Amino acid sequence: MGEFGIGQPVRRKEDVRLLTGGGEFTDDINLEAQVYAAFVRSPHANAKIVAIDALAARSMDGVIAVYTGQDLVDAGVGVLINDASYTNRNGKPMNKPVRQVMPVAQTRFVGEVLAMVIADTPAQARDAAEAVEIDYDVLPAIASTAHALDKGAPLVWPEFGENLIVHWEYGDKDDVEAKLAAAHTRVRVDLVNNRLIVSPMEPRCAAAEYDAAADSLTVYTPSQGGRRLQMMLARNLLKMAPEKVRIISRDTGGGFGIRSKMYPETVMVAFAARKLARPVKWRGDRSETFVSDYHGRDQINVAEMGLDANGRASVLKVETLLNVGAYLSENGVRLPMEGGGRIIPCMYDIPDFYFSVKPMFTNTICTDTYRGAGRPEANYIMERLMDAGARALGLSREEIRRRNFITESQMPYKTHLGFTLDSGDFDGTMQMALDAADWNGFEARRAESASRGKLRGIGLATFIEGAGSRPVEGMRMRFEENGDVTLFAGTYSHGQGHDTVYAQLVNEFLGVDFDKVNLIDGDTATSPETSNGTFGSRSSMVGGMGVKRASEAIVAKGRKIAAHLLQTDAERVVFENGIFRAQSSSVTLAEVAAASRDASKMPEGMALGLDETVVFENDVENFPNGAHVCELEIDPETGILEILNYIAVDDCGVVLNPFIVHGQVYGGVMQGVGQALTENVVYDASGQLLSASYMDYGMPRAAHMPMIEALFNIVPAKTNELGVKGAGEAGACGAPPAILSAVGDALSHIGVSHIDMPLTPERVWRAIQEASVKAA
Amino acid sequence: MDIDVKMTVNGKAVSGKVEARTLLVQFIREHLRLTGTHVGCDTTQCGCCVVHVDGVAMKSCTMLAVQAEGKAITTIEGLAAPDGALHPMQQAFRDHHGLQCGFCTPGMVMMGVDIANRLPGADEKTVRHQLEGNICRCTGYQGIVEAIMDASAVMNAARS
Repeated sequence: MGEFGIGQPVRRKEDVRLLTGGGEFTDDINLEAQVYAAFVRSPHANAKIVAIDALAARSMDGVIAVYTGQDLVDAGVGVLINDASYTNRNGKPMNKPVRQVMPVAQTRFVGEVLAMVIADTPAQARDAAEAVEIDYDVLPAIASTAHALDKGAPLVWPEFGENLIVHWEYGDKDDVEAKLAAAHTRVRVDLVNNRLIVSPMEPRCAAAEYDAAADSLTVYTPSQGGRRLQMMLARNLLKMAPEKVRIISRDTGGGFGIRSKMYPETVMVAFAARKLARPVKWRGDRSETFVSDYHGRDQINVAEMGLDANGRASVLKVETLLNVGAYLSENGVRLPMEGGGRIIPCMYDIPDFYFSVKPMFTNTICTDTYRGAGRPEANYIMERLMDAGARALGLSREEIRRRNFITESQMPYKTHLGFTLDSGDFDGTMQMALDAADWNGFEARRAESASRGKLRGIGLATFIEGAGSRPVEGMRMRFEENGDVTLFAGTYSHGQGHDTVYAQLVNEFLGVDFDKVNLIDGDTATSPETSNGTFGSRSSMVGGMGVKRASEAIVAKGRKIAAHLLQTDAERVVFENGIFRAQSSSVTLAEVAAASRDASKMPEGMALGLDETVVFENDVENFPNGAHVCELEIDPETGILEILNYIAVDDCGVVLNPFIVHGQVYGGVMQGVGQALTENVVYDASGQLLSASYMDYGMPRAAHMPMIEALFNIVPAKTNELGVKGAGEAGACGAPPAILSAVGDALSHIGVSHIDMPLTPERVWRAIQEASVKAA
Repeated sequence: MDIDVKMTVNGKAVSGKVEARTLLVQFIREHLRLTGTHVGCDTTQCGCCVVHVDGVAMKSCTMLAVQAEGKAITTIEGLAAPDGALHPMQQAFRDHHGLQCGFCTPGMVMMGVDIANRLPGADEKTVRHQLEGNICRCTGYQGIVEAIMDASAVMNAARS
């Protein structure tokens, strides 16, 4: 409906504020009489804490307090929880260590917070933090995903006798191995899914103030929605009533998964504010966020697939090692099973499947959810296998996929791990991408590049996503006296443009002017009680459906009020474009809202007010999917690679705002490009993080990116009334395998058979050199 | 020991007492409470703190407040017209979805204006190269590059 309704490329409401310096990020907030925190971090990856001497620090200028882990224990502060529960096939439960906010006896990764200093100025706090002396008994450490399960590897938690957290399995290993052995063709890929720094541009930050008279605490922090943080902080950590703890995120500079988590620094800032009854503020350095923000990915996958002579895959074995870090983060250990597990074997119908996952402890910061959270890894495995299968059988890469796709006639299709794919046109989506990329005309372009001494390749990846996890969310809609409508959401927009999209939906469903709709989110004091936040590409479905349900309830109520005003029956009242009509008479929604405040105008027995609070609940997620084609050129002299053309076709169901969804696609693709080409977390053997700044870690820059052509193949989801499928993470699923497919295509012509991410110029150059040595 | 500094910020004369080590960005954010200029790293890589010093883009984390003595500083707050009309670069960022979370945005916009001033009519490749010192994690740079090219044309037309 109209220029502001569903599907319109409406420009964002939030932009003017953010473009003029009006954003309100946590570090922009200053509290009256605030004091500053600085943290003492472990320089060792594994060490006993023998003693902490803060005497000198305490006596320094401006220092107000120094707290250590023991102070938290003495104050009865709780621990950081993890509620994952997996069991080995022999019945033994997973290993679950206790994670203290600041450890008392032992530190297990470089950058772990061991003490906090509070001082009058940030500089005084930093100076004093450096004066805190900690006596360590340094122990051998293990950081390597490939070696943490080796016999004799240093143990992160000696009490478990192993670094393995659990050996989780699905399927019948012996049966699958027998079928692989009997297959006409068997292909195998050995993959490293490189560890990444998530790195939202706003460094981590927290500010807290305590009202002693009310015994209430307010914490300002970047987040992806505060309700879960509020519950954790109140119930588990500070042992306060939840209603006494308020979490506020005004603006948040990117999230990508890691901002929905509770971090020790946040707890400490809140603890100190309460203990001192003074506002406390901390802004992390970028180097602090490198060592202590949760990281992403970090899997090693060995996968084998058995195919018949026609290229039909019938059997699959995937064995995954997952580096979870020193502790169990909130979701890290779950990702292969509950993230990737939702979809694997992805778009393909493969009846026999064995899946083994070995998450492990290492002396590194934890890994956790990062854009896609297990689905990019799963798609990467399957796409690399499909390319390997195509090569082995001499089939084209598109043909082998076509022969193995789950078809629409098979839907609803139950995946191995119990999820149900409702819709998707995988072949059609792939074909759109191939056509847009002039896939069939590629060989001429390859020849043209070759004439200039360049190696050109084209790559294809198809992918499926599982979006909208924990599909329960509240939404509140309030009518203001001036005719504005205010939405209070538990989802939280930190770049996704919810102010705009939700206003489009209110405009669509209620006919309220786009400019008269305002969103308030990021505040536990006003968000609906049932609230999970924004993650897992869920807000279009759970937030969008919340707006729809609230609108429906308001129309139902409004029809009764309108009927009363128009002196007719509610059944005769029709609502359209903001107007309630009964035959020739009508009344506007604004008039109904005004009437609803006046008891004399309301039907007998009806409560005053038109406002609504609803909880949308779904029992299933949705399954966005797509196809990417990447064309690139490699300079064999330098190994430098340039992306020349990039097509992304997405089926993210009904598109609420294509302008914004395109932005999600571009951003997701860039994070995939980063993983594929430039980004890599490197720990040395002693557990020191070597890639700990923007000088050492390859954040993708503008020059790494091509202009992306983003297209839609809209197949509405059948499992929510809006027909939406979450769009936020798809780009990060498609880009790594598309790029690897293209590089594989360029380099297989000169005999390179295997290459891993990230495809740095050095790695590409070495692969080319080794191939030419072999060929000589 | 505190040092007196005086400079012009967004057309207004300002002064303050700073420590010798106070960075320009700290002076802008903490003394003047102009919080549109952001701090995104500690190593002069991210560009979230770009302002204009005498009309030239500068990472304000890489300059001491005392070095700005007597200079004219423009921050993101001073870019729009006094009546609130957006600068062509701000408008282009909005039109091209050049921002998502908005954190790198002030630095990107200030850098974009600088690119448009120095290299009118710069092509896509040049704009991308010029953005080496500004990191965005949300947009894939697509809307940013489009916005800078578009605004550059608008600014060029206004000059001629």
